Amino acid sequence: MSLPSLLRVRRPGRLAAEAAALLIAAAVAFPLYWMVLSAFKPAGEIQSTHPRPWTLSPSLDSFRRVFQQQDFGRYFLNSLLVAGTVVIVSALIAFLAATAVTRFRFRFRTTLLIMFLVAQMVPVEALTIPLFFLMRDFGQLNTLGSLILPHLAFSLPFAIWMLRGFVKAVPDALEEAAYIDGASRTRFLWQILFPLVFPGLVATSVFSFISTWNDFLFAKSFIISDTSQSTLPMALLVFLKPDENDWGGVMAASAVMTVPVLVFFVLVQRRLVSGLGGAVKD
Amino acid sequence: MTANSTAYKAPGTSGAGGPSPRPLRSRHPASPVRRSGWTPWLYLLPALVLLGGLLVYPIYQLGLISFLEYTQAQVSGGEPTTFQGFGNYATLFRDSQFWQVLLATVVFAAVCVLATLLVGCALAVLLTRVRAVPRLALMMAALGAWATPAITGSTVWVFLFDADFGPVNRVLGLGDHSWTYGRYSAFALVLLEVLWCSFPFVMVTVYAGIRAIPTEVLEAAALDGASQWRIWRSVTAPMLRPILIVVTIQSIIWDFKVFTQIYVMTNGGGIAGQNLVLNVYAYQKAFASSQYSLGSAIGVVMLVILLAVTLVYLRLVRRQGEEL
Repeated sequence: MSLPSLLRVRRPGRLAAEAAALLIAAAVAFPLYWMVLSAFKPAGEIQSTHPRPWTLSPSLDSFRRVFQQQDFGRYFLNSLLVAGTVVIVSALIAFLAATAVTRFRFRFRTTLLIMFLVAQMVPVEALTIPLFFLMRDFGQLNTLGSLILPHLAFSLPFAIWMLRGFVKAVPDALEEAAYIDGASRTRFLWQILFPLVFPGLVATSVFSFISTWNDFLFAKSFIISDTSQSTLPMALLVFLKPDENDWGGVMAASAVMTVPVLVFFVLVQRRLVSGLGGAVKD
Repeated sequence: MTANSTAYKAPGTSGAGGPSPRPLRSRHPASPVRRSGWTPWLYLLPALVLLGGLLVYPIYQLGLISFLEYTQAQVSGGEPTTFQGFGNYATLFRDSQFWQVLLATVVFAAVCVLATLLVGCALAVLLTRVRAVPRLALMMAALGAWATPAITGSTVWVFLFDADFGPVNRVLGLGDHSWTYGRYSAFALVLLEVLWCSFPFVMVTVYAGIRAIPTEVLEAAALDGASQWRIWRSVTAPMLRPILIVVTIQSIIWDFKVFTQIYVMTNGGGIAGQNLVLNVYAYQKAFASSQYSLGSAIGVVMLVILLAVTLVYLRLVRRQGEEL
């Protein structure tokens, strides 16, 4: 974990650098602080034209409004279900595909890799229109499936690309030893390779989780009439009214939507950093 | 798909079950993995089915619709769809608003990418110069911003800059100045939010890259009397090149297709569409005014632009001799 000792040499500038780092950290964290603070502020303070960066009388009113008025719990579960399904299924499928392209030599292998790379660049937002008609034709509009399926496809190319490095890093000798010991190919795949690649899967999952959890466009376009199938971003919009925004409600809903992701990030933080290092170093 | 992927699972046995060497197998030392037959295709099947159905086919459909007349009448089956050739593109390219939106998209994305890269790289270097506590503080704050969903980030930033109840105007003493009213200040506000939530990716990735550089190389440079700046320019930066390319390309792709921030922060594209970018423009054309063909044509334009970026990227990767 130690940094190059060279960069640690005491220099007059270091204290300044540390002060700058702390100041920037505070500035970067401020919007999140303001979100949580505003979620706990009573209605009167929210609508004060002289907002204070603290509150002396925190209240749960905004949260109560969010959970009572708008079937918010249902939206939360829907979001969790969509993101959870995408994370698990895309991780499994990407693991298989990454294994195929790194541990086997076959015709069209390079072509496939280039296609996965190109697929990452496709602006998925541009595909909203054809996907809308596709989901309509399959009767999937207004269902969670219309959110799960596209996100599954969109998170795959990046996941495969990222997992490649992790699967490659497992030595061939280990694989041969497993076969010599009589392990079948499936057994090697799931009982030896899978656990070894797991840290990479975690790092990859962060990305598919975030992109799915964040989805606003598809939720807005594909869930048109059945709001019981809606997800969190749509619930948030309810509090943004044309004439007067319910800022307390918006901030409380935002906090509820952000906190699970924050927890997830903090939990996998180390693996994410090493995962990114491993994926791009390769 | 769940059925597909679980079908390969090994029988529910656990443990290695004791060593049972089979000398016969070792007669084929040329790695048994390589003689693969259909196995890799079996592993690829679920991924290819999904990508074919939900990525390749929709791209084909997008192209197709962009050549048809496809409005509410055709969608509901009231009128037959007719082939328009390049008619939709002609309509689009004659519309001065399209060119204005295209220009705004490119300039906005370029400024976002530059700002993200500059801030991300600068802070990555800063991270290497400080001790554990400030480093952890900055890292955590950045991860927080990164983890924040685009829609909540957008609402929070709009609230921070709200004319009546936001703290920013109070601190700056701007009274009830509205940031979303003017075209440039609205774009600037969105830029700040985009920068806030996308610099962490660059910072963390570049920081991981710097950490991966062997200490000896840097020490050797220092012993040879190189200055800090010189070390960065001649040693660190070249070794970071692959990472810098990755984050640049990711940022271009990401910033070029910003949707949520613009849609939420400027309320669907700003006053009289002054803050439209291609994505939001396509959405408005298709879903707000039912001109699906025009929306698709805009989608095709975006696709072509990003494909060009991808080709440049592939060439850069290839030139570095990286094996795929």
